Amino acid sequence: MSSLFRKFCFSALLLSCSAAFAQAPLRVCSDPDDLPFSNSSRSGFDNQIAEVLAHDLHRPVVFVWARARRGFLRERFNKGACDMLMGVPDGMKHVRTTIPYYRSSYVFVTRRSDELHLTRFDDPAIGRQRIGLQILEEDFSPPSLPLIRSGHAAQFVGFDSFGQGGDEIVRAVADKRVGFSVVWGPLAGYYAIRQRVPLALSPVKPAVDAAGIPFSFAIAIAVHSNDSALADALNGAIRRNQSRIRAILKEYHVPLETKEEGAL
Amino acid sequence: MAYGVRTAEKPRANWTIVLGLMVLCVSGCRQTHPGESPAQRGGALRSYDGQLEQDDGQWLRATKDYANTRFSSLDQINQGDVAQLRPAFTFSTGVDHGQEAAPIVANGTMYIATPWPNILYALDLTKAGAPLKWKYEPNPSPAAKGEACCDLVTRGAVYDGGKVFFNTLDGYTLALDADTGKLLWRTHLADITKGETITMAPVVVKNHVLVGDSGGEFGVRGWLAALDTSSGKVAWKTFNTGPDKDVLIGPRFKPFYASDRGTDLGVKSWPPDAWRVGGGTVWGFLAYDPTLNLIYYGTANPGPWNSEVRPGDNKWTSGMFARDPDTGEAVWFYQMSPHDLFDWDGINEDILLDLPINGQTRKVLVRPDRNGFIYVIDRATGEVISATPYVQSTTTTGVDLKTGRLQRVADKTPRTGQVIRDICPMAPGAKDWQPSSFSPRTGLVYIPHENMCMDEEGTEANYIAGTPYVGASVQYYPGPGGNMGELLAWDPIHAKSVWSIKDKYPIWSGTLSTAGDLVFFGTMDGWFKAADAKTGKILWQFKLDSGIIGQPVSYRGPDGKQYIAILSGIGGWPGSIVSAKLDTRDGTAANGWGKALPNIRNEVTAGGTLYVFSLP
Repeated sequence: MSSLFRKFCFSALLLSCSAAFAQAPLRVCSDPDDLPFSNSSRSGFDNQIAEVLAHDLHRPVVFVWARARRGFLRERFNKGACDMLMGVPDGMKHVRTTIPYYRSSYVFVTRRSDELHLTRFDDPAIGRQRIGLQILEEDFSPPSLPLIRSGHAAQFVGFDSFGQGGDEIVRAVADKRVGFSVVWGPLAGYYAIRQRVPLALSPVKPAVDAAGIPFSFAIAIAVHSNDSALADALNGAIRRNQSRIRAILKEYHVPLETKEEGAL
Repeated sequence: MAYGVRTAEKPRANWTIVLGLMVLCVSGCRQTHPGESPAQRGGALRSYDGQLEQDDGQWLRATKDYANTRFSSLDQINQGDVAQLRPAFTFSTGVDHGQEAAPIVANGTMYIATPWPNILYALDLTKAGAPLKWKYEPNPSPAAKGEACCDLVTRGAVYDGGKVFFNTLDGYTLALDADTGKLLWRTHLADITKGETITMAPVVVKNHVLVGDSGGEFGVRGWLAALDTSSGKVAWKTFNTGPDKDVLIGPRFKPFYASDRGTDLGVKSWPPDAWRVGGGTVWGFLAYDPTLNLIYYGTANPGPWNSEVRPGDNKWTSGMFARDPDTGEAVWFYQMSPHDLFDWDGINEDILLDLPINGQTRKVLVRPDRNGFIYVIDRATGEVISATPYVQSTTTTGVDLKTGRLQRVADKTPRTGQVIRDICPMAPGAKDWQPSSFSPRTGLVYIPHENMCMDEEGTEANYIAGTPYVGASVQYYPGPGGNMGELLAWDPIHAKSVWSIKDKYPIWSGTLSTAGDLVFFGTMDGWFKAADAKTGKILWQFKLDSGIIGQPVSYRGPDGKQYIAILSGIGGWPGSIVSAKLDTRDGTAANGWGKALPNIRNEVTAGGTLYVFSLP
């Protein structure tokens, strides 16, 4: 592995090489209880991808366990609690983002037996069913917006979907507590296959709402605004490990999109 | 309402409505009437005919008395000698976060409750320099810091019958022996894993300590609990959303307006199940009328913030309840802001007064509300006698006294994906938590408040725990006149102002009125001031070490002298720009305050110090 790395390194930018040989640990802020993304036994896909990238950069990885809730960026990340943060939307403000390492979208989660085949928010098949939506901070997730415009606001059922109980929004579909749910892809994919009844996932279309609200997101790694060296190093590592990253994401059943399908 | 349906063309309102004698701007007012306040002058001074509680020279609860007057009958410090006022002693709390608490004084001891980590200090006022008598450290969970919305504040403690009661940010109410600081009981009330915290000052009414929750507006369901003062056991608990049985609505419930009558409105005025996470927390000051045996308190805004997803009146949020303190039963309710659009919590204080109105003495409560109106409400029935604007509003045109209904400007209804500018008042309202006072000598209410507007604009990518989303950002800026804050002296009988003091920053401290005809208040840039209660002339000021967002109090010391006490320490929602060291280059820092207060970090630093003043 190491010789392979060296071989690549000689043919690559000197900058990324010097970063790669630095032995300082790579400190990764990570939620201790937020599968499928991360958990304290490092069994989330972001834990595994971080380890692949750190290994590529010859740096030991140290997970700094922290919940990314309100005020996290200013209270922890921007105060130097860690060097990087997995899983942020590409181009997020107040940090520097790497190139995206995957792209996914919000998906409709339906019971296969219902044969709803939903892809659009103006589909008449939505009818008056109860609709499961994730609660983010003080609001429902972005798919709430076109649903409101189509007159479905009164049908919403909100779910906190983090950590313990994170599967609730998907299980509610299997248990018929809601007609269907609209869920961020990685969360939906991971929990859908764990239900007793077969569920269908279909990406939300179109990927950008008429009001400009995206449902498809390119996901990147955040580093500190002034840390272009680490961003460059990580960009190299992401490029070099694309197939391994993809394999990890597939293992967690993350619905992936290509750039052409997605919006950002 | 037709939520979320965008009309192709909206008439651009650019006219003014004349409503009685008040000229209200609907739109474009910043251009047409710069600096004009709707709080029309012409109010009068008139000594108060009603009775106030006997003043024993102590300060047992944040509001001073149950009527919430914050009036001290002490007059050693008065207009003639206030110029000589000087610090008597100071005390560092060691906690550099927003200090919103009122110092509590009982039996020669002063009690100071700090923001998280919620230390309670007892200072011995009988000794020179008021040395520390004891302190109690409850060691609240650090996790609470992540759930608190707006800095880590507490609004203080309360003394009753040899005990001191206070709350911790992580959701406990504690009772300590007031002499020794020994823990008597500790009751867990708020669940921080659900986003609930406690920031309010508890109030004791008879044998109950009353405590409500605060917290992230979504996912939290507001409640008020009554704990037995001797055991800490929950005697009753009422929610502000949900079915009538949870809201303690029964046969005694007689709201004045038809829109508040019906079964289970706390469920029916929401989309299915939305009431379960519908907000309506309780974090302001309670009032109590012993004759009517009713407590009064306001409920916070509904969740989620995006009003489009919760069609309906969203009862019982952004309103106020009158309840029986013994049983918690609801007696009446009035909703200041049905289906709140702008985060207008209804938690503002109610000042209980008996006022001559139209030839009759009416038992009323005076409520300067976050929505920009000062309400005078019959406190026995919930009838709105008057609702008068005290700031310029682009979002409302008045209150219909027949229905009690707030009249909104449809043009300013937030719609997703749409930029809405010039929303006045802004999200923290015309007035946030900062409590007013009343002087029976002038008959005026002294209202500290803000004069600010906001734009709701653009959307930017964000994420929470792995899930990306796009959120709206809000930016606040000074309202008409360019000053962000004002202290308003208000005649509640004629519903007119008498004088006002403008300040460049929002006035985020409470006010104190004294029989020396002085009004004390503090500014965010650290000046503690005394104004002439009759004219508003500043007669004395002293610069503290940090910004002031606390509650001034006055007491008679064991030496017989009158003292004035205030905590310095900037913070709270706007002041967290300093205390949490936010980057003001980010206009959306502190949820919109960043752009409005770009300079405050250059003027003051964080702090947390008690200042006590007296005459030489």
